Amino acid sequence: MTIGRIGWILLALLGAVALGIVASARGEPVNAVWIVVAAVAVYLIAYRFYALYIAKNVLQLDPSRPTPAVRHGDGLDFVPTNRNVLFGHHFAAIAGAGPLVGPVLAAQMGYLPGMLWILAGVVVAGAVQDFMVLFLSMRRDGRSLGELVRMEMGPVPGSIALFGAFMIMIIILAVLALIVVRALAGSPWGLFTVAATIPLAVVMGVYMRWIRPGRVGEASIIGLVGLILAIVYGRAVAESATLAPWFTYTPVQLCWILIGYGAVASLLPVWLLLAPRDYLSTFLKIGAIAALAVGIIIVAPPLQMPALTKFIDGSGPVWSGSLFPFLFITIACGAVSGFHALIASGTTPKLIASEGDATFIGYGAMLMESFVAIMALVAASVIEPGIYFTMNSPAAILGTDAASAAAAVSAMGFPVTPELITSTAADVGETTIISRAGGAPTLAVGMAHIFSQLIGGKAMMAFWYHFAILFEALFILTAVDAGTRSGRFMLQDLIGLAVPSFRNSSSFIPALVGTLVCVGAWGFFLYQGVTDPLGGVNTLWPLFGISNQMLAAVALMLATAVLFRMKRERFAWVTMIPTTWLLACTVTASLLKLFSATPAVGFLAHANRYSDALAAGTLLAPAKTADEMRRIITNDYIDAALCALFLFVVLSILFYTIRTCLAARRMAEPSVHELPLVAAAE
Amino acid sequence: MIRRLLARAAETARLMIGQPPYEAYCTHMAQTHPGEPVMTRAEFFRNRQDARFNSRNGRCC
Repeated sequence: MTIGRIGWILLALLGAVALGIVASARGEPVNAVWIVVAAVAVYLIAYRFYALYIAKNVLQLDPSRPTPAVRHGDGLDFVPTNRNVLFGHHFAAIAGAGPLVGPVLAAQMGYLPGMLWILAGVVVAGAVQDFMVLFLSMRRDGRSLGELVRMEMGPVPGSIALFGAFMIMIIILAVLALIVVRALAGSPWGLFTVAATIPLAVVMGVYMRWIRPGRVGEASIIGLVGLILAIVYGRAVAESATLAPWFTYTPVQLCWILIGYGAVASLLPVWLLLAPRDYLSTFLKIGAIAALAVGIIIVAPPLQMPALTKFIDGSGPVWSGSLFPFLFITIACGAVSGFHALIASGTTPKLIASEGDATFIGYGAMLMESFVAIMALVAASVIEPGIYFTMNSPAAILGTDAASAAAAVSAMGFPVTPELITSTAADVGETTIISRAGGAPTLAVGMAHIFSQLIGGKAMMAFWYHFAILFEALFILTAVDAGTRSGRFMLQDLIGLAVPSFRNSSSFIPALVGTLVCVGAWGFFLYQGVTDPLGGVNTLWPLFGISNQMLAAVALMLATAVLFRMKRERFAWVTMIPTTWLLACTVTASLLKLFSATPAVGFLAHANRYSDALAAGTLLAPAKTADEMRRIITNDYIDAALCALFLFVVLSILFYTIRTCLAARRMAEPSVHELPLVAAAE
Repeated sequence: MIRRLLARAAETARLMIGQPPYEAYCTHMAQTHPGEPVMTRAEFFRNRQDARFNSRNGRCC
């Protein structure tokens, strides 16, 4: 027996011990470090054994085969890149708000279900999906997901997949914007720091464009210093009687501000606002994630949240629905995320230097993202459960003052005093923490809890809270701007099918129309979420989760079809197992969202409740007029239609996949559209 | 050693924001397209910046 083998056995034992400690703890708080140890052991073992098995046997990676970067090297889009450098690039592109928010929301069932799903999901589904799509795109000149589906399954499923991806983007933008609204409403300190990033970005943009062209490092240092000053000065703004009202808005006001801002920001020249803020937010994101990892390991906080709460039965206040299927769509990114299929078929496959690197980049970067989700789960679980439920339950349950909130949360079985609620708010420099749904504020409290034990103690807690809010809001807003821009191009292409002049992305009128339609679409769902009495997260997050997991199922079905076409169907279980699980979760969840008789879960049941009340001549909160009642009913029908549409997308792709696989089985030879082994003569 | 590590880190940071190394572009132009016009560092920066934000590729959630 070699030393290496002994090492792996010891690692497996360590992981098993850590998992055992985490899973069997009852009553006594478990230290977060055990979760980290269990996760890292699972990742290393999965990578060493499962990822390399897929690379060697299923995909049969061939390092001697030229990659797109080698075939088409142009120094611009196609550049053979060092694997470590490319790993960083790919990780930065896939890591976003998703893995941070989902686990926070899932913590209402306790930390254990979320943790187990994040670990099992990433190993069997998420990392497999990313790796497979990267492989497929790498073997086809770095083509995008829509083109891959078109090539391997036909034009109709290709168009369906593209359309599905566009709708998912709209929902993602709406739900991300909702998180920012929930985090910044009534928070002058938070809004001031986020607003300060606009002039800062303009300064950086001008610096990089005209003063010192291309000096990203210098401009980023200017931006970072500005950000820290903005966070420090934000306290003075919040405490000033004259300045604070300038930065204090209700959720509805903020919703309109964001819609207007999104339209303007995506029309401005990119170098002025979008690009510099993107740079700042990317570096801040990577820095904050690294700092959180260091913080959790050094501080080693105990978990206050129980391993399981009674809300696994589906009665939880944060979101409605039972553990199966709703936990598996609430934690989307971090376990498995369909959106990654778009990234893994974007810039990364054009930069890979050798096929052999695809395992490390495709499978490895997703393990890293999963670790981010684990850290978010830890951050949500180290705070007092009473505070967690005070922050995440809707105002309809809690009321608006500390006394009523404390009574309601204590009645749930998580004792908390009004004093603890007000003192926590004061510690983080906010007027209230009641019903700050959406995950971001909870994560910020958790991060502040950890960071303040590392640097600064309680006195620095407010600084760290607003640092965390800024870090989340900044990269969410960048995603909203960039997403609106991509959505606008997609729409211009779609309209361009009928009116060819619309495709010209540089002329003003098509750009304006495309932007307004795109902003209008996500703005509609944002407004609906902001005015929802249950906080909006309950409506929009499941729609997002369902659509994102369905896209993952689509990507895995594509991979299955390709394995059949490669005549490697004996290995197709690698993609069929996660596909089956994702289909079971998403189809069940969308059918429940459509037809469940519980109004908190089913859109149609909710609409019926309001229709019945309207017919009886009564008003149900939050509606104050019959018109508002009708609008709520319309919203329910739109949400239901969207859910049905997602269901149609995924089931039709399933149909085409089965057809492709059966056709491939009848053929004697492989029939994939891979590029030939040797580069064609130019 | 440390100098190499720092250079790698800087290269990673730049690629994260969509800026591939300018030197690799120059090498490529010199080897494959000798005599053709080569973008200056500033032009290269702007070219890559526009490419990143005018693509159909979304960013992740």
